[in-house]
Amino acid sequence: MTGKLGLDPALVARARELARRAGQPVVELARSHTTVSVERAVLRLAGVSGADPDGIPWVNRLVDAVVADVGLGHGVALPVFDACAREQIGDVTLLAQKAAAGSVRFTQPTGRAATAARRAARKAVAVGVRRIDRRRAERDRLVRRFGDPRQRPWIYLIVATGDIYEDIPQAQAAARAGADVIAVIRSTGQSLLDYVPEGATREGFAGTYATQENFRLMRAALDESSRELGRYVRLTNYASGLCMPEMAALAGLERLDMMLNDSMYGILFRDINPIRTFVDQRFSRQVHARAGIIINTGEDNYLTTADAVDEAHTVTVSQLLNEYFAHEAGLADWQLGLGHAFEINPEVPESLRLELAHALLARELFPEAPLKWMPPTKHMTGDVFRGNLLDGFFNLVGAMTGQGILLVGMMTEAVVTPWLSDRDIALQNVRYVLGAAGGLHEDFVPASGGFIQQRAHRVLGEAVDLLDRIGDQSLLTAIAEGTFGIMKRPADRGKGLDGVARHEAGYYNPATEILEQPS
Amino acid sequence: MSERTERSEGHEGMPSQHGMSERTERSEGREGMPGQHGMSEKKIVRPYGDTTGDGMVQVSFTLPVPHDKRAEGAAVQLANRMGIDPAMLVHAKPVGDEFTFFVVYGRVNHLVDLGAVRVVERDFPLLSAKEVNTVVKQRLRRKLSVVGACIGTDAHTVGIDAILNVKGIAGEKGLEYYRELKVTNLGAQVGVPELVEAARVERADAVLVSQVVTQRDAHLHNTREMSAAFREAMPAGRRPLLIVGGPRFDESMAGELGVDRIFGRGTTPGEVASYLVHALVTNRRVKA
Repeated sequence: MTGKLGLDPALVARARELARRAGQPVVELARSHTTVSVERAVLRLAGVSGADPDGIPWVNRLVDAVVADVGLGHGVALPVFDACAREQIGDVTLLAQKAAAGSVRFTQPTGRAATAARRAARKAVAVGVRRIDRRRAERDRLVRRFGDPRQRPWIYLIVATGDIYEDIPQAQAAARAGADVIAVIRSTGQSLLDYVPEGATREGFAGTYATQENFRLMRAALDESSRELGRYVRLTNYASGLCMPEMAALAGLERLDMMLNDSMYGILFRDINPIRTFVDQRFSRQVHARAGIIINTGEDNYLTTADAVDEAHTVTVSQLLNEYFAHEAGLADWQLGLGHAFEINPEVPESLRLELAHALLARELFPEAPLKWMPPTKHMTGDVFRGNLLDGFFNLVGAMTGQGILLVGMMTEAVVTPWLSDRDIALQNVRYVLGAAGGLHEDFVPASGGFIQQRAHRVLGEAVDLLDRIGDQSLLTAIAEGTFGIMKRPADRGKGLDGVARHEAGYYNPATEILEQPS
Repeated sequence: MSERTERSEGHEGMPSQHGMSERTERSEGREGMPGQHGMSEKKIVRPYGDTTGDGMVQVSFTLPVPHDKRAEGAAVQLANRMGIDPAMLVHAKPVGDEFTFFVVYGRVNHLVDLGAVRVVERDFPLLSAKEVNTVVKQRLRRKLSVVGACIGTDAHTVGIDAILNVKGIAGEKGLEYYRELKVTNLGAQVGVPELVEAARVERADAVLVSQVVTQRDAHLHNTREMSAAFREAMPAGRRPLLIVGGPRFDESMAGELGVDRIFGRGTTPGEVASYLVHALVTNRRVKA
């Protein structure tokens, strides 16, 4: 019996072991497949940039050209660098342009040509990885200079105007008002684009397109704010959807600090093919690990479709799976912003005590992870007064259970995209609660054998039972049958399946090779 | 007496005669309160703070000016223009250097004539799941096919899932739970051509579309695009019933958007199922 909940260490260990058993076949799947997006990420690291006049990135044009000639299963690195050598082209972007014009043929090199291509590919990709390393060192330096936020949880705020040049002053204003982390919400629909848009963008729906240039502009603006405020303001975006691996690479190259990156979110909520997702997931997490980026997982989303009391254990199961996949990909505990949310119907008796039990369970199961605590959305009704109270209770639970990252809840959730004043009121709410009760987690120890302990034990027990059942069939079957968020997602369906290939003999991916090298 | 003055005021002398109406209303507040006229006949109302007829409202807003005396004066002036007079500025707070947030309480001099309010009332009987199943089985004699989706860029399936998923919403089961309904939920970000094709393949009797995102009126554009595509793809008699739902729709815009019905905020699966039965079985609609 340990910690504030008296969890049985043997049961906790068993939960982790079952998560490993459920996740391992998926890792094997990820290790034996590649996707168009993984290959495009490799090319981005190798220095391919820019887009054709229609806005289609050169990485897409190049991968499409290689796939048309030799297929995807060998990986694009060897055919591309073999072609560079044959055509005597030093710049891979130039090769992409020629390939798009149809003037380059690709083959799968063998013998000496293969060895040379391999060496050239690895050298080019290593340059990209070194750039990521430099950005990480730069972050460490800036954090040392400006400092981390003075309090935990870090205060996480969203901007989403659709226009990067509107986002910037809003983000800077939010940082001035107390935000420690700024998340730029993506335009809805970007997750299903099979390419990353280029350049600074001013048109988006309910969010702003994630592009390398937008990343750069916002990071530079927040560096300015960090200097002004004397604390390092972090920037978040999304490594999710069909371009997850490329987003991870671009985030590393532009020194983003956190990325939303969930092992199953795309499958469940965007109907992206499960295999595509797991392959893209593993690569993106390897990049995040290298870049020192904190991932934010998406368990909160399950509770927006499923019932937050009945399905509480599915959150725990998903957290355990996310932890397993993250560790396997090389992420350290401090990089695991495992998600959970305050989504119990406030009409349920003792709802606050249930929330405390669930939040504390996550805290105790993952003591070193900066848990990401998500505000109520499902039971925000448009009654902004009640909503503000609910957000206050959400903040209180966050303070009492020592959460690491607190996404600021808006009383106008479900009404409008947050107004300036909504954000101000919401931050005032957070400041009041953290100011009045920020250290309450030190005193808050639930009564032994009481309601909160019992509830936490029950959820953990149900999570172990579910993991047991998943282990008996397989995670893919469980997902197909609607175990998480009650979405049914079979492995042979969903978007992006045509961009997946099983590795052929001689598959080579220099990025994976570098990232998997023990440092 | 007081009732008569109030009515005539509502009909004739609305916005421009503030001074006048305020006077009559005040005297009414003091003298002629309850009992004198039946509630059912009362057609004119004004907001209620703590006394009948006091007209009190509370508003909050932000002005893009730094917080100073002039900003507060500007807030009062805006409130006056909104018909709040006298306006009490109860709270003013700077938001950053260039904005100020205000809370204003005050007496609004506008009136509402309940007789002139137009809304879309439910014009079909509300049936239980069992009743829906029975009617479909006995009168349609096949399963009623429903295809649902979030169209366009909208990735928020919360609405369509609440209506379609077995789990439903607020304790009421979704349409998948109805034995006699065949539900195909296409999920998020479905293209309009894909939706039309699915409706054809599934021989949809009804198509349900949910739209949550309203930025730049996306919900309206998407709905018009969808209804136009169905009109183009199918002859009037073969076209499925088109239904859209979402928290920000105006329920009276169905005609304008080219759909058969709009469901707004707080709609339950039971209401949708009852409407389907009403429109497709018990009161087969005449196609336009």
